Amino acid sequence: MSVRDLQLLTGGEAVAEAMRQIDPDVVPVYPITPQTPIIQTFAKFVADGAAHGELVDVESEHSAMSAAIGSALAGARTMTATSSQGLALMAEVVYIAAAMRAPIVMALGNRALSGPINIHCDHSDSMLIRDSGVVQLFAENAQEAYDLTVLGTRLAERREVMLPVLVCQDGFTITHSAEPVALLADTAVRQFVGDYAIPHPLLERGHPATHGPFAMPDYYFELRRQQIAALEAVLDALPEVALEYEQLSGRGYGLLEPYRLDDAERVLVALGSATGTIKDAVDELRDAGEPVGLVKIVSFRPFPAAALAELLRDVPSVIVLDRAASPGGAAPLRAEVASALSGEGTRVEGHVYGLGGRDLHPEDVRDVFARRVGDYVGLRGEPCPV
Amino acid sequence: MSSLTPWQALPHAGAVDASSAVRPETGSWRTGLKPQVELASCVNCLLCWIYCPDSAVKLDGVTFDGFDLDHCKGCEICAEICPVDAITMVPEERAS
Repeated sequence: MSVRDLQLLTGGEAVAEAMRQIDPDVVPVYPITPQTPIIQTFAKFVADGAAHGELVDVESEHSAMSAAIGSALAGARTMTATSSQGLALMAEVVYIAAAMRAPIVMALGNRALSGPINIHCDHSDSMLIRDSGVVQLFAENAQEAYDLTVLGTRLAERREVMLPVLVCQDGFTITHSAEPVALLADTAVRQFVGDYAIPHPLLERGHPATHGPFAMPDYYFELRRQQIAALEAVLDALPEVALEYEQLSGRGYGLLEPYRLDDAERVLVALGSATGTIKDAVDELRDAGEPVGLVKIVSFRPFPAAALAELLRDVPSVIVLDRAASPGGAAPLRAEVASALSGEGTRVEGHVYGLGGRDLHPEDVRDVFARRVGDYVGLRGEPCPV
Repeated sequence: MSSLTPWQALPHAGAVDASSAVRPETGSWRTGLKPQVELASCVNCLLCWIYCPDSAVKLDGVTFDGFDLDHCKGCEICAEICPVDAITMVPEERAS
């Protein structure tokens, strides 16, 4: 691929381009920073006739997801987008979307939850719906946000999955930062995602049914187990879809991405755009002879615990960077990694960084590897070990 | 619990076929009153059949054919709507 095949796009624009190429039937959406550029760009595509779906201007995110469930189950390919407070307002319905197995693809511009009110990135919004049963894929940059949106559409609609897929990109850091992005041809994307099909569309006249029924103690547990199985099916389905996507695009994806793990003694685990910064810091430290590495988690839900344990079982020290806190408990990614590595004899530590959009600089990463930080990275007033 | 369905065998997303709604015998929920008809007064207008929210009025072709007490809830709408007062509500124990 030559540089002429690349376009200068923000993460938000790149996802809007993916949406135009996928051409969903229905997009119910409510604007919120930093997601707005996604839907603003897509709305222009619709107005210009470049996308052909129904753009529904709903009155809230709760309504956006409610409408999305209805249209996805009626038999229409459906996408939406949100951030932070929008996801919080939507949260009740996100659980129902997962339970009703509505394969909605949603772009999430990760933004800190209030309060104090803030518009910048952290992952607290994603973590709020951690247990809702939806797939959560984290992009490192605009290219990945684009690729995961196309790939995620196929993944959501796999028969054994049939779940909402959230494609998470860090607010502003990715949504608003322009970088060169390689887009596939429109026809290639259309062909890759194929026709939309769900088991029993609401409007299938020959097969009337009650969808989303009440479940008493005799069936609720079993129906929840069914949802867990669907989410776990992504552990096999994602690598399969990713392989097909790689054949099309030349870009490979997995549940996680190991980076310079050969003989690594200290390995960071992180999500999202910070992994780009960490890769640069790892390269510099490796050049200086330091045995450091990174595991980027692409699929936070489902969490690839077995694959992670396989990679890190012989690494003496694992350090987890969380961009969300769990007040009074272990931060979400750290808890996940510690659970995956329990019994392996690996030392797992963790730090919280970047809340409310605070940058993670390469020198912060070097400090983390050198154990010059405490529980929180880049926080004023925090005592430092040493 | 052993007669209940294991999770693997449940329908996708727990969707329930419309046809299965007739199977549970929900008449046991009845209020304590049940409808009784005086057939000599009945004019077969079928308003009770139209209005019954539980489809518990039986037909023989197009002729009124009594009540399906496995599904009747005792709501009294049939007795209320009957233009010739052929339907009265009677206590469960007396009507057996």
